[in-house]
Amino acid sequence: MAPSPSGQGIGAPPAYAQNGWTRLRAGLFSSPLNTLLTVLLAWLLLMVVPACVEWLFIKADFSAANAQECRSSGGACWAFIAEKHRLILFGTYPYDEQWRSMLAGVILIAVIVCSAIRWFWRPWLIVIWAVALTLVAVLMWGGVFGLSYVENSRWGGLPLTLILATFGIAFAFPFGLLLALGRRSRMPAVKALCVVYIELIRGVPLISLLFMSSVMLPLFLPEGFSIDKLLRAQIAIVLFAAAYIAETVRGGLQAIPKGQYEGADSLGLRYWQQMRKIILPQALRIVIPPLVGIFISLFKDTSLVVVIGIFDLTQAAKAAVADAQWRGFSVEAYLFIAVIYFVFCFSISRYSQALERRLQTGYER
Amino acid sequence: MADHMPISSSPKRRLAWNDPGTRSLIYQVLIVGIVGTGVWYLVSNTLHNLSARNISTGFDFLGREAGFAIGETMMPYAPTDTYGRAIMIGLLNTLRVSVIGIIAATLLGTLLGVARLSKNWLVSRVAGAYVEVIRNVPLLLQLFFWYALITENMPGPRQALALLPGVFVSNRGVALPSIQGNALDGIAAGLALAIAAILAAAHWARRRQHATGEVVPLGRIALGLLVAFPAGGWLLGGGSLSLDVPVLQGFNFRGGITLSPEFTALLLGLVVYTSAFTAEVVRSGIQSVSRGQWEAAGALGLSRARILRLVILPQALRVIVPPMTSQYLNLTKNSSLAVAIGYPDIVSVVNTTLNQTGQAIEGVLIIMAAYLTVSLSISLFMNWYNKRIALVER
Repeated sequence: MAPSPSGQGIGAPPAYAQNGWTRLRAGLFSSPLNTLLTVLLAWLLLMVVPACVEWLFIKADFSAANAQECRSSGGACWAFIAEKHRLILFGTYPYDEQWRSMLAGVILIAVIVCSAIRWFWRPWLIVIWAVALTLVAVLMWGGVFGLSYVENSRWGGLPLTLILATFGIAFAFPFGLLLALGRRSRMPAVKALCVVYIELIRGVPLISLLFMSSVMLPLFLPEGFSIDKLLRAQIAIVLFAAAYIAETVRGGLQAIPKGQYEGADSLGLRYWQQMRKIILPQALRIVIPPLVGIFISLFKDTSLVVVIGIFDLTQAAKAAVADAQWRGFSVEAYLFIAVIYFVFCFSISRYSQALERRLQTGYER
Repeated sequence: MADHMPISSSPKRRLAWNDPGTRSLIYQVLIVGIVGTGVWYLVSNTLHNLSARNISTGFDFLGREAGFAIGETMMPYAPTDTYGRAIMIGLLNTLRVSVIGIIAATLLGTLLGVARLSKNWLVSRVAGAYVEVIRNVPLLLQLFFWYALITENMPGPRQALALLPGVFVSNRGVALPSIQGNALDGIAAGLALAIAAILAAAHWARRRQHATGEVVPLGRIALGLLVAFPAGGWLLGGGSLSLDVPVLQGFNFRGGITLSPEFTALLLGLVVYTSAFTAEVVRSGIQSVSRGQWEAAGALGLSRARILRLVILPQALRVIVPPMTSQYLNLTKNSSLAVAIGYPDIVSVVNTTLNQTGQAIEGVLIIMAAYLTVSLSISLFMNWYNKRIALVER
């Protein structure tokens, strides 16, 4: 944004002089208040940004061998991340088998990317999901095809975060769909059940559901049965996400004009035929962008499993920070995983915005 | 199916099955039956498990001695007090951080939302970058970040950073000056009186405007009342008022108010995170009012401030209030993340309680009841407000 030589626009009338300098002036110094704001903000940025850059890069230590060396540099200690990146990214998964964990993560990312491409929006996308999720389970657990068995209490890091989010949305979606249909149902008993469930879940924080699933699910089951910690957390996430998905889908169902329902009725279609062939294809199309939004918040919310001691990305970073030999580098670790979360969430949200624009143009014609 | 049931050949029976009313009744009985059986199965399992583990049920434990200390209390509390009182303290702590958080997030979010629409290139870019970065990083991570920043990277009280005169930031939290003196009650009473008087004046002004068309300069009256009444209270209370500035004594600050690192990190995290969302709500609300409204109001000869107050805001608020309500609810629910950084909110206190007593179900029920009550109160209030400002359709 460097101003171009100001001599260029001298002869031209000001309104048409569209060189960089006039544009900059119109944008930044158009009125006294505006000038004041610009100067204040520029001063603030000049105070903050160089200090941050200095701490982040210039004074940062990328290759220190130990914590003492790192501390003396006066900047960020990225050597700490270099030392701990395997622990942060893969948690306590057996060191030699971490390629499996990584491959599972890559598969999950690939499925998400596939689902984002319109060409894949066919019925067999469900098959792709089923195959991918099975593959992930095989890779993570092992025990077949010569892979050693890894119990799921040792899973961790980024792949676990991806698993919680993708499995969560994959199982919550059908459940949420049924709840939305139930809430719109003409049967009072079904409607009441769905309303109570949705409002109850949406009224309480996810943390309390996670606590509930970690302490109460074992009590619910008959003696002798037990479900492991990870599955309990996953169940809580599914139950939680389903309520939010239900409300979003209900919005889509309400947006379908009444004529569509009546038209379907007059064709003599039954309830499920109506829903499958006429209503849901239209309603789901409307709610794709908000559903993507739910996926983003679910991805962020998986970090809450920290409170019941599951080794996801955030918990892995906390574990790395707790190493007595490398004390005092929490900010670096949290920044590192913040960047990972940001890359995922930001790219999905950009995709969602682009999708919204494209779907809208399809509607307006 | 019909072949197995001899009676079904009668036409009346057939008609009944074809009747949508009967069919839906059968479906409903079936579904309720299945759900009911499932719930009964789970409850009976639970009761069996509880008796097998010798855990008592019921809320008797609320009257027993808690035996654990709570770091921050708004009411007097000692470990010898009951579980019930401890949970009450936790609820108050939740409400404290939520109320302050909602107010601060609304103000900061409005500022950011307006800034994002600013014609000033620098201002709108900075606000946009803030919103994108904050929205896409989990709140829990942000809380850890702030907490680590305060407890690990801030200097000790002896070298505390003085942000403003009297405001100190150290790894023990934030020390703020507080106002003290006998006149404080008088000022508070004056303030309450002033607010009541302003409400009455607003009512009177509206009726007068409806009756005569005259506009009362309400803003000036309100400002006058807000200054005059508390000042009167101050004089009546003896006119004594002093600022209690925190001073370093030994290893910590004395005097003033000290905000703990936990509270500071939680409040900062909640406000920063929620404001990014409220900024988007405000931005979309203002953008929903079309340019023509500005131009038409300008053509009527209204000043810019009155256009905003009389024409733009009433229309923007209609779009803003419902999503704002859900942001407030989110902030309140998100305050439960306090448990992760050790602020004694209701979830954290109940968690300690259920670890000690083993009465998990009652504990979880208390948490849920508390949040449902708070959520419902907020949404009732916001729905009432929404109804007030909603478009009256004839």
